[in-house]
Amino acid sequence: MASLKDLRNRIASVKATQKITKAMQMVAAAKLRRAQEAAEAARPYAERMDSVLANLARALGDMTGAPRLLAGTGKTDNHLLVVCTAERGLCGGFNSSIARLAREHADELKRNGKSVQILCVGRKGADQLKRTHGGDIIDVVDFRAVRQIGFDNAQSVAERLLTMFEGEEFDVCTLFFSRFKSVIAQIPTAQQIIPAEVGGDTEGNNNGGAVYEYEPEEDAILADLLPRNIAVQIFRALLENAASEQGARMSAMDNATRNAGEMIDKLTLSYNRQRQAQITKELIEIISGAEAL
Amino acid sequence: MATFQFELVSPERLLFSAEAEQVVVPGTEGDFGVLANHAPVMSTIRPGVLSVETGSERKEYVLLGGFAEVSPERLTVLAEKAYERDAVDKDDLAQQVQNAREDVADAKDDETRAKAQEQLDQLEQLQALV
Repeated sequence: MASLKDLRNRIASVKATQKITKAMQMVAAAKLRRAQEAAEAARPYAERMDSVLANLARALGDMTGAPRLLAGTGKTDNHLLVVCTAERGLCGGFNSSIARLAREHADELKRNGKSVQILCVGRKGADQLKRTHGGDIIDVVDFRAVRQIGFDNAQSVAERLLTMFEGEEFDVCTLFFSRFKSVIAQIPTAQQIIPAEVGGDTEGNNNGGAVYEYEPEEDAILADLLPRNIAVQIFRALLENAASEQGARMSAMDNATRNAGEMIDKLTLSYNRQRQAQITKELIEIISGAEAL
Repeated sequence: MATFQFELVSPERLLFSAEAEQVVVPGTEGDFGVLANHAPVMSTIRPGVLSVETGSERKEYVLLGGFAEVSPERLTVLAEKAYERDAVDKDDLAQQVQNAREDVADAKDDETRAKAQEQLDQLEQLQALV
């Protein structure tokens, strides 16, 4: 049985922990708002980009002359998985669920005899994948020093992918991130970015089938636009991820604070019981001592 | 005067979204003005100045590359980077010029060199302008 002093110490320590988790929850809530705003501000660009690309792809008709970023290399042997996770832990199942999705995907590909390479954006995902797929990880991009994800960050990743693609190091590239649905729901998502998947659902945006003039030619525009689209997709993924991370952390820390509260209640109860028992014991000792005289 | 919907978006945010009377866009193959009921055009953008005229005021933005989509009732400009004319990040611009210079120096064949040189010229022109 723990002594009174031990119990007192434990209560103090749980209280300190609770203070920390409470503070983290509030910080996450504040950051979440900012991250959410950033994700929403970036949405119009990505949406317009999608519809413009869809229009262009339609104008191009069949894929024979299309750039390789759109049509693919004609093979699907070498896969590159870009796994975007957070740089910090203590955010519930956020990092694990992304890593798990990537791991399952990688295993599935390997079973089908494809080769897999993994590029980790974010340290936490790399830590988790290292155990099972350490050999496949080609590099880890670290954004720890970056406070607010900017387009430049996404662009640097995109440029790297493009150089690798031009060097024919992979045929298909899939992006893993967590889509922000709400504070309590983040959906781990896999999205293929090379070859680009052009949305078919853009009926509202084709201006009733109007024929566009292109300046310069279609293929020149497309060649310019496709690499940029990669950066935009990565940027969107990073922003969604940032919002998801804060959401996940907020709910995880909320849970932790509540659990700490329950623990404090339980410890306080047993502390009080023991204190009372001790008082009773002392009283009995005094009384029986007095009677013996 | 007839107006049309004009949107200027950069990856990070929506800079302008309102009715405009006239917009002059710095296209890759030359500036072009857009009025309401313009024929549908898609054009890439060179680094340059875009000016918007709404009924009451005139605004200028500095764009560093991007893409414009014109249809009779709207104009959407997807800018890679965009600043308001008087809030241009001069350091960033200088950095871009520097990068372009390096590209020219690094170019392996004539075609890429010509392209890089063109980019550099446009950037330098813009730098002189602001």
